[in-house]
Amino acid sequence: MEYPDGLSYTKDHEWALEEEGVVTIGITDYAQSELGDVVFVELPEEGTVIKAGEPFGVVESVKSVSDLYCPVSGEVLEVNHDLEGEPELVNSSCYDAGWMMKIAVSNKKELGELLSAEQYADYIKSLK
Amino acid sequence: MKRTVLYDRHVALGARIVPFGGWEMPVQYAGVIAEHEAVRQRAGLFDVCHMGEVFISGPDATAYVNSIQTNNVAGMAAGQVLYSVMCDENGNALDDLLVYRLGPQSWLLIVNAGNCEKDYVWMASHTDGARVTVQNRSADFGLLALQGPKAAVIASAVITFPKELKYYHFALASFEGAEVIVSRTGYTGEDGVELMVPAEKTVALWDALMAAGKEAGIAPCGLAARDLLRIEAGYSLYGHELEADIDPLTAGLRWVVKMDHEFIGKEALEGLIPARKKIAFTLEGKNIPRQGFPLLVDGVPAGTVTSGTFSPSLQKPIGIGYIAADKGVSPGATIAVDIRGKQLPARVCKLPFINPGVFK
Repeated sequence: MEYPDGLSYTKDHEWALEEEGVVTIGITDYAQSELGDVVFVELPEEGTVIKAGEPFGVVESVKSVSDLYCPVSGEVLEVNHDLEGEPELVNSSCYDAGWMMKIAVSNKKELGELLSAEQYADYIKSLK
Repeated sequence: MKRTVLYDRHVALGARIVPFGGWEMPVQYAGVIAEHEAVRQRAGLFDVCHMGEVFISGPDATAYVNSIQTNNVAGMAAGQVLYSVMCDENGNALDDLLVYRLGPQSWLLIVNAGNCEKDYVWMASHTDGARVTVQNRSADFGLLALQGPKAAVIASAVITFPKELKYYHFALASFEGAEVIVSRTGYTGEDGVELMVPAEKTVALWDALMAAGKEAGIAPCGLAARDLLRIEAGYSLYGHELEADIDPLTAGLRWVVKMDHEFIGKEALEGLIPARKKIAFTLEGKNIPRQGFPLLVDGVPAGTVTSGTFSPSLQKPIGIGYIAADKGVSPGATIAVDIRGKQLPARVCKLPFINPGVFK
């Protein structure tokens, strides 16, 4: 399992990367591995305003379904439309081509409350 | 939690292990979609050692086996396999199983892992004076399922069995000096064989099949692929379409309930008019129906999903469920599935969802 440094993580297994006020969000290697083959990702409409901790979408795999929780509050700027035709990108490239949405973060302080790569890796170990 | 003799092989192959029916089993290796494709196009190897093997023999064995099966086993020849259901006095399904006739008064029943102990206790306590020996020998045997269009060719590279072995028939063969039951059966809708071997030879047989199938593109396959393949093929799974409160007629298994012989549960099933009907359906959207989700007819709750998945063959979500019989729902009708609060349209269809290369 890989949890790249420089990303922030939630206990719900999302990752977040902030660049100049825009936060890119996806799910972690652990999450995609637990789900197995992803066949559908339901994402919000661009322009939707979401609060930290609220569900923003759903990911369906052959075997199970899981809600997606937003790591930070803000307005959805863009969602990854590539996932409509190629949901398997979530499995093959969860930190890159399998990203899910970009948010204009409304409160950067929330980023400070997320887990570091090391803290998230420790959290995963504690689940086993 | 129990482990099969192949547990170390699964771990070495990178499988994800999950609890199933009291066993730690591989749910997937490379991924369920790749494994599904392997079985539909080439061959997949499944560890089904968790399934139970119950042997019945003795002067009254045939009459006894027939008395606890909804299907009529009396006319079976040695070497034949029959799908059947075992019911309680109320006609409810205790389990569904495969019945093997080994000889005139010698039988093998292959039952579901999660029900095995319960089945055995029930069988042993319902002999009703018959001169039979009922033995649960699940720990003595391993069971491998090799499924797919290339399965029989791969198996015949490892063990010798008649090429013309027919669907739902078995032959005795040998592997490293041990007796193997080669059965032309499976749970995927594809051609294939199921191989029963002494427990201590199971790992060697697994390795030999994996090696023999390497060039043909064999893949080890987990429970997730097994479930997906059996839903596409329209097969019932105990705990889903069959349950302790579901009778085989409601479950659409009238074809294995034979009223021409006496069996436990017959009285309850005679004249029974099922209040629910088993249906199959597809969805046009991408949301997947899951077990327990409500089914609606004209916006009114009328049933429940028992199995659902995404079909890679059809590229759409598919499901099986029960719906109130008085709604008169039949193939072609549009119903709805409540998927997390959204009522999504579903089209009722016939089973199986796909007609793969079933060998008959």
